[in-house]
Amino acid sequence: MATIAFTRPATTAPRAITRATGESPAVRRTLTAVALVFLALTLLLPLVLVFHEALSKGVEAYLAAVREPDALSAARLTLLIAGIAVPVNLVFGVSAAWCIAKFDFRGKNLLITLIDLPFAVSPVISGMIFVLLFGMHGWFGGWLFDHDIKIIFGVPGMVLATTFITSPFIARELIPLMQEQGTEEEEAAIVLGAGGWQTFRRVTLPNIRWGLLYGLILCNARAMGEFGAVSVVSGHIRGETNTLPLHVEILYNEYAFAASFAVASVLTLLAFVTLALKTLVEWQQHRADAERTEDVPPAERIAA
Amino acid sequence: MRRTSRSVLPGFGVSLGITCTYLSLMVLLPLATVFALTADLSWAEFWGTVTNPRVLASYRVTFGASFVAALVNTVFGLLVAWVLVRYRFPGRRLVDAMVDLPFALPTAVAGIALTTLYAGNGWVGRYLEPLGIKVSYTWIGVTVALIFIGLPFVVRTVQPVLDDLEVEVEEAAASLGARRSQTFLRVVLPTVAPALLTGFALAFARAIGEYGSVVFISGNMPMKTEIVPLLIITKLEQYDYAGATAVALVMLLVSFALLLAINLLQWAARRRVEA
Amino acid sequence: MSIQVRHLRKAFGDFVALDDVSLDVPGGELVALLGPSGSGKTTLLRIIAGLEPADQGTIHFHGEDATTQPVRERQVGFVFQHYALFRHMSVFENVAFGLRVRPRAVRPSEDEIRDSVMGLLKLVQLDVLARRRPSELSGGQRQRVALARALAVKPKVLLLDEPFGALDAKVRKELRRWLRRLHEEVHVTSVFVTHDQEEALEVSDRVVIMNEGRVEQSGTPEEVYERPATPFVYGFLGDVNLFHGRIHRGRVNIGPGELEAPDWAEAQDQDGVAYVRTYDVELGPTPGGPSSLEAVVRHVRAFGPVVRVELDLLPGGTTVEVHLSRDRFDPATHVKGGRVFLSPTQVRVFARPM
Repeated sequence: MATIAFTRPATTAPRAITRATGESPAVRRTLTAVALVFLALTLLLPLVLVFHEALSKGVEAYLAAVREPDALSAARLTLLIAGIAVPVNLVFGVSAAWCIAKFDFRGKNLLITLIDLPFAVSPVISGMIFVLLFGMHGWFGGWLFDHDIKIIFGVPGMVLATTFITSPFIARELIPLMQEQGTEEEEAAIVLGAGGWQTFRRVTLPNIRWGLLYGLILCNARAMGEFGAVSVVSGHIRGETNTLPLHVEILYNEYAFAASFAVASVLTLLAFVTLALKTLVEWQQHRADAERTEDVPPAERIAA
Repeated sequence: MRRTSRSVLPGFGVSLGITCTYLSLMVLLPLATVFALTADLSWAEFWGTVTNPRVLASYRVTFGASFVAALVNTVFGLLVAWVLVRYRFPGRRLVDAMVDLPFALPTAVAGIALTTLYAGNGWVGRYLEPLGIKVSYTWIGVTVALIFIGLPFVVRTVQPVLDDLEVEVEEAAASLGARRSQTFLRVVLPTVAPALLTGFALAFARAIGEYGSVVFISGNMPMKTEIVPLLIITKLEQYDYAGATAVALVMLLVSFALLLAINLLQWAARRRVEA
Repeated sequence: MSIQVRHLRKAFGDFVALDDVSLDVPGGELVALLGPSGSGKTTLLRIIAGLEPADQGTIHFHGEDATTQPVRERQVGFVFQHYALFRHMSVFENVAFGLRVRPRAVRPSEDEIRDSVMGLLKLVQLDVLARRRPSELSGGQRQRVALARALAVKPKVLLLDEPFGALDAKVRKELRRWLRRLHEEVHVTSVFVTHDQEEALEVSDRVVIMNEGRVEQSGTPEEVYERPATPFVYGFLGDVNLFHGRIHRGRVNIGPGELEAPDWAEAQDQDGVAYVRTYDVELGPTPGGPSSLEAVVRHVRAFGPVVRVELDLLPGGTTVEVHLSRDRFDPATHVKGGRVFLSPTQVRVFARPM
């Protein structure tokens, strides 16, 4: 079982369906209208609401909420967690993709399935398993307590839970990509005398850079936005063990709606940046793919 | 194609080592705790926990709402994918990029936004309330939230398949006398069906585990709108680890079964196309 | 049913695919639209089918105006280059499709459908494969299914778009013969598009040669081959040598020598092009006639029934290709480096457009 190519690049130009065999213009307009209304209702409305509510008490209140010390420390913690989870998963993702895509060995399919597992686990359960491991009554709980090490209800637990949740992202992007690219270029480099690391840096990396970037963007977005898992392992201690999403929850539960939405709007802007970067990378990947197929002679292109 | 070229390319040992170590420590070990702790329970205890009325009610809410939401997403997801692939309209590219919003937006943000939107005095809620349709703090609200997060799964799974459809096949059907609706039902839909099914399964799998976007709008009333993830958290907070684990185990088994099903669906779809 | 095409014009943006095309297809005939890529032949076919609307002009089927009729009402059968079979349906279901989508009122019963479909499958010799999926068939078999499917709805006109283009040479030849025989049995007015001249000339009753959106010539295979009307047709069909020169009083001066051009007896110093088919040439050790040219042999390929000789004219070095049948080939004279005299037996001269 190969890894599912989870997210596909968005399509570029619409197919030119001839007037002769397509739907009538009236049908097309209706369908388009219905789709757009549905999307507006589902996606657009909540977005507009976030900013509307965030600014409902005025710009100054907005800025105050965003600059508030607890909010800032939540932001710092979010960045810290992402700053650890993403690089760790980068190393993991690249290693996994390298051994799976460039070599043949028994149990490869099992490995791929295992990599997919965190995707199938609910975020709350993802947090729960670390509580089971390191919590007060957990397996290592006693030992940790004796040594006064706090994992659960502390930052380490949050890092662990986030790393678990985001572990498949980069691997799942790279594995099909590297499998598709094959081993010929790397073999050529080895034959020419390049070392392992050199080969990776000079041959493999340029080929996978867009897929890698794509995976990084997704991994980071999830790491920063994760709520359920982190909520379980965090102590919800303001200023200490709150990430931005958790801070949003706290403010909301205290009925500080405007402030809550203000912080939420920061996360929303982050989401926009993520989407923009994602789209950019997809275009680049598309262009890179198009260039690669142009170099291949037509006969081989058909056979490929 | 690849040869077994372990000896030529370096780094096999290192990469496999890192991968296996990481997976064992980060994935297998933590997940093993669920099974280990459940093994501690006797069968009677396990069964008793899992069939407790409150637990059963939460399963109903979670699976029921997820199913409906995934269904809605399948229908509208197909529509959105169709419109994006086949039609031209101003802002199409922007709309296409926006479809991924539920992937990129933190679930808590979606949660509070949807709750406010559908509350009695919310932008949408104020029109629905007089009609007797209460969304916030009901099962319907849970479903609405799950529709939000599941939409991209269907759209992104169906889009490539629609994109690959040969125009000629639809032209052939038209030349043979089929009306547009007949062509759609008899020719297009069967071809897209496997992707739709996969999209449905993906949306469903995501929905059953969803917490952040749902927990605000559901109101979390036990027996009525309590979702399974929240129930697990409640049990954890009461240090009822065994109970939490038992409930979680059922969810894990369902999730793994879904993962298997999705992989099989995609594998089968690939075989049909390659033939 | 006959087809009348009048003054058809079609442009895709700046590109003019069809430029004032008019055509008559008599009922029951098998007509080939022949031409290079971009000549407009596929566009013309698709407009006749109703898969593409024309910008200007009309289409009539047996006198009735069909120009604005939607494709599903035209009762045309269309066979695509890449078959366009319904992959999720069996062979049987593919062929039955056209009958099954008929409105209730005119739909035949399932029994009738089964009889029709099996009858057609027998006709195309695929009845044993009725339950198979298209993915289990070879290219040639798929195309026969596509044909059966198109014929199932008893079309008035059968249109085929490069039907054998995706198949390899041997299968192509077989299916060509088979199509001809099928046409003789079924006798539906048929139009097929091809860029393969051998195919067009072998199979059809009538050939329409197209180039750059215009009809160059329309006629029987013999007519277009023996009496090409335009330089393009002359050059497109068969292998030909081209000589640029000046026409003056019945002779063309092509540099290294002169050729007879009796049709141009009154011409006064005009620019022209002389066409000589590769097998319309005699090669001898001595000058053969009033149009003899001296040349030296550069290359000889003597395999198969035709010997290919490549020569350079003296002086000047213009390359000429000559195809000789075995019996006319003389290894003594026609040898690399040998000097020979070229005598064209047939020359066609066209004035160069201003």
